[in-house]
Amino acid sequence: MSQAAEISLLAAPDIRHKIERIAAQIVETHPDHPLALVGIHTRGAILCRRVYAILRARGRETAFGTLDIALYRDDLDNLGTIPSIRGSDLPFPVEGAHIILFDDVLFTGRTIRAALDELVDYGRPARIELAVLVDRGHRELPIAPDYLGQSISTARHDHVRVCFTETDGREGVFLTRSAPQP
Amino acid sequence: MSTTAPPARRKDLLDIESLTREEIVFLLDTARPFKDLFDRSVKKVPALRGKTVLNLFFEPSTRTRASFEIAAKRLSADVTNLAITQSSVTKGESILDTVDTMQSMKVDYMVVRHAAAGVPAFIARHTPAAVINAGDGNHAHPTQALLDAFTMREAVGELAGRRILLVGDLLHSRVFRSVSTVARKLDMEVGIFAPSTLIPSGRPDYMQAFNTFDEALEWSPDFVYLLRLQRERQAAHFFPSLREYHHVFGLTRERFLECRRRGIRIMHPGPVNRGVELVDEVLTYEHCLINRQVENGIAARMAVLYWLQPAVTPLADEKEEVAS
Repeated sequence: MSQAAEISLLAAPDIRHKIERIAAQIVETHPDHPLALVGIHTRGAILCRRVYAILRARGRETAFGTLDIALYRDDLDNLGTIPSIRGSDLPFPVEGAHIILFDDVLFTGRTIRAALDELVDYGRPARIELAVLVDRGHRELPIAPDYLGQSISTARHDHVRVCFTETDGREGVFLTRSAPQP
Repeated sequence: MSTTAPPARRKDLLDIESLTREEIVFLLDTARPFKDLFDRSVKKVPALRGKTVLNLFFEPSTRTRASFEIAAKRLSADVTNLAITQSSVTKGESILDTVDTMQSMKVDYMVVRHAAAGVPAFIARHTPAAVINAGDGNHAHPTQALLDAFTMREAVGELAGRRILLVGDLLHSRVFRSVSTVARKLDMEVGIFAPSTLIPSGRPDYMQAFNTFDEALEWSPDFVYLLRLQRERQAAHFFPSLREYHHVFGLTRERFLECRRRGIRIMHPGPVNRGVELVDEVLTYEHCLINRQVENGIAARMAVLYWLQPAVTPLADEKEEVAS
């Protein structure tokens, strides 16, 4: 198969700007009460950690956690290779917490559904909000972000890839167009 | 961060021999986050929701069966226990007929224990369900070996180059076969100490045999693994008396103090015959891992259930069964 062209949607400075804006919106929405930021493995956790660093620098009382949703996926049956489990780490009481959930790309919404199911298994949060860097549409569940970096229009079969230095050695959001499956 | 891709899923887990080192390491890595679940307010995850696990025990067992049952339930599966004494097998039904009957109930996983080696493998060939060997005769007990490897890793970290001394009834022990194999596959050094009547013939070269317990402890093992004396499996007399066995092959008070001085970890698959394989004091020793083995058994079995994948049921071959 020939390599499809990769279109750059966001460059490193754009990503930095979007993340700063998400952090600012969070502070604006929640001026006083403590927050718990939870990132979904792997790139949601990196996005989350960056926002967390900004909030901490502003002196906000904030907790940080990560969520591995592998065991809550609704498609485990069909997978020939099972996802590795890294485990979730929520080092704060979920009961009564104001949680903001982070993921890099919002697509069908199924990952977020799984994350919500997992969170409530730890306790009953007072509130859960959602922050994403990119919303590419094609939702299959009634889920919408509260904080959004960039909304982009895509075809169902396009591939959107968020790259962070920590995991990919480069920064950027890329779109690869591919023909619909027959 | 995990670097290597997870190994492809298998349908059955029948022994340790057929697992690759990568598969073993994957299962051990997977068991760790499962153990973390036990501290949550909700200890279940929905990975096996809607699936049915059948515990098919042709031989009595309480702890292994309970461990599998809890593991399956924490993955949200439904569990049915079938114990031989209560089933129609005692009325003359063949193993395959039993399996067929269970299959028509759409079981996804079968956990099988049988006194005869090879029965789980035999069943696995005749059912689309994923089959886990929970102990077959003298042959294998793979989940015990996995939970032991997990427990050892938890205690000391990397296992390559570490030493394990297996003591006791090697001849009748499926635990011995599976544990020594898993230790070997993880590059551990394996030592054995047993009555000469209870050492299987055809012992592999990599195992170092010792003549006395003291000599074996001089070898400085990291783990002393005491095998249960399988009194129920011994038709013939392999040693003079239990007291004599304890005196020569048991962890007596003196040997226990030596183990404690050296910081050696003590393991046993349970149930313990107090005063035979070991003295009571061992059970309160800080490096006694016996209770941790039990706890870790649940996490290791969850990892196995999570990894295996039942075959798709061949619809054409399905039989019409009438439940009586």
